[in-house]
Amino acid sequence: MTSGIDSLLILLILLNLILLGASRLHNAVRMVAAQGFVLGALPLLMQSGGAWKAALLLGIGSALLKGIVFPALLFRAMREIQVRREIEPLVGYASSLLIGVGVLVVCMVWGARLPFPWPVPSSLVVPVGLFTAWTGLFLIMARRKAITQVLGFIVLENSIFLLGLLLTDAMPLLVELGVLLDIFVAVFVMGIMVFHINREFDHINVDQLSALREDAS
Amino acid sequence: MIRLLILLPIVAAVATLLTPSPKGRRHLLVGTAGLHLLLTAGAWLMPLPTFAADAWLGLDHAGRFFLGISSCLFFAVAITVGPYLEQNRTGRQREADTGSIFVNASPAVFCACLLGFLATMTLVAASRHLGVLWVAIEATTLVTAPLIYFHRQPRSLEATWKYLLVCSVGIALALIGNFLLVVASAADDITAGSLVVSDLVARRALMQGPWLKAAFVFLLVGYGTKMGLVPMHTWLPDAHSEAPSPVSALLSGALLNCAFLGILRAHSICVAAGLGDFSGGILIFFGVLSMLIAAAFIVGQTDFKRLLAYSSIEHMGLLALGAGLGGAATYGALLHALNHSLVKAALFLCASSFLAVYRTKLIPRIHGAIRVLPVSGWLWLFGFLAIAGSPPFGTFVGEFIILRTAFVGNHVWAGCLALLALTIAFIGLARAFISMALGPAPANLKPVREEPQQFWPPLALLSLALLLGLWIPARLHGVLAAAATLLKGGVP
Repeated sequence: MTSGIDSLLILLILLNLILLGASRLHNAVRMVAAQGFVLGALPLLMQSGGAWKAALLLGIGSALLKGIVFPALLFRAMREIQVRREIEPLVGYASSLLIGVGVLVVCMVWGARLPFPWPVPSSLVVPVGLFTAWTGLFLIMARRKAITQVLGFIVLENSIFLLGLLLTDAMPLLVELGVLLDIFVAVFVMGIMVFHINREFDHINVDQLSALREDAS
Repeated sequence: MIRLLILLPIVAAVATLLTPSPKGRRHLLVGTAGLHLLLTAGAWLMPLPTFAADAWLGLDHAGRFFLGISSCLFFAVAITVGPYLEQNRTGRQREADTGSIFVNASPAVFCACLLGFLATMTLVAASRHLGVLWVAIEATTLVTAPLIYFHRQPRSLEATWKYLLVCSVGIALALIGNFLLVVASAADDITAGSLVVSDLVARRALMQGPWLKAAFVFLLVGYGTKMGLVPMHTWLPDAHSEAPSPVSALLSGALLNCAFLGILRAHSICVAAGLGDFSGGILIFFGVLSMLIAAAFIVGQTDFKRLLAYSSIEHMGLLALGAGLGGAATYGALLHALNHSLVKAALFLCASSFLAVYRTKLIPRIHGAIRVLPVSGWLWLFGFLAIAGSPPFGTFVGEFIILRTAFVGNHVWAGCLALLALTIAFIGLARAFISMALGPAPANLKPVREEPQQFWPPLALLSLALLLGLWIPARLHGVLAAAATLLKGGVP
């Protein structure tokens, strides 16, 4: 069982690295969709005996939402507003990848040393969770397209989902589902905003959103 | 009872979407707000209903206090929404300061989102489970985003995008804080992990210090983003200045308090576990920092809605300082939260009248408001005294209790810096408010006959703040004292 979990977690790391280097938005959305499916499979492998029904529901819910619904929404948005690739990211792809590898090493060393008070299913969970959280935050800050920022937000939520799997006993299913619902609505509202940004500004570069600064007046 | 309070606005929101006539929607909005206020008043007057120890929903003393603020403010704002929507019809409009042409969003959706906002705020106040609290606070972000983007123009779009992204990412960090809290509580026994606040307080001896500290930092950064503590405040001035004024009143008066409640709950868990010095120290630091930075931005501010927004950041800093000091200052912070909400909502409602008549948000272009708007102009002047914390108003009492606790305890430096920030803010506010209210009226503006629906709510809110400065009713003192004790503070 552990080897299965480990291979999925390593897959997550690879998906993160591909995301950091992805210049085509279609590819980036596909990578996030793949992350959704991987995360959907993890609760089933990680649950220990009793709560398999809850794990099944959580896994299917997560895979459906993050693997199918979100990508469909984002693909539709990209078709309507005709955007294909991230142009001139604030941090280049090669340097993003290099920084990412550096952060990965730090997460591996530091995350494995955290004195977790009970046995975890795999020593990789915490480091991979931290690295995924960093990837999400990095995508939000270092990219210009609103769609990439939405992707970054989904990746950040993925990392929280992964870390939350360590605590399924304490986080009741209903709360987990509430969290999923919130994220669904958040991405939905952000998707609508992407349309509006495109219509108002004729593009979706968020660095053009800079009228409201203190120095502007 | 509590389910009724949450379900009532949700049902009304659905009904608003189905109501075709603007008049019907207005009655529905005000009626729901009034009924909600009545039920909340009942909860204040009656002893608290008992609930199971592990119940997720239930009004405790702190929740009841914050529910009272939200409900009272919502009723006052709901009355002004009707006239506001009449002034801002759906056709093409022109923004005076930037010259951009825009249309407004659908008023039915606007009313429905307002009612949804009330439901989510009620859920925040009633959450005894930190996971439910998280879901509710994130839901307030989502339901208010369409409200901020009511005027369909680039500037409000920019503000809404910033609000959505900054707050959603911030609140995501609070969720990590929740996880760390579970780890801290379940150290010896994996099945004992819990997120019910009273459980966490009861397990104080078993909490693991390092994990609890990490949890508090994440929760503070997460909910602090929503509350507008510096340096996580970047979304706040934009959202408050670009949102319709009634929405700004609710954001500033009710929404920021909801996030404050989340921080108070986390702090009370830390205090119970004996880490009060750690969490209190962090709160004092961010509180004083917020006050100083906000005061710096208040001086020289040229947009009066941004001015009010920075003043909110300053007052949120004061609340964080009060919570961090503990003891009697917790009581002071709660009292100040109430007074700040009353005054700030009144000021944003006056700002709504100003904007409708002067058609600009720029302070240098506004003169002689007391001649043009006889009621709102005077309210603006008195509101200045209240928001700056001058004696007859309730804001002074709260500020006094907090600062006194700082000087009596070992926090003289924090007290001095807070006093400095308050003084700077006073000067900045005085310059802006007085130049707007006094002076000759612009030649092209005749005195306006104001609608009672638009001046009564701010007048009532401000009078209430004045009353609380002169006399605190025994019942209110009882509710405040019980809430402060529950949050591990004291009573002066």
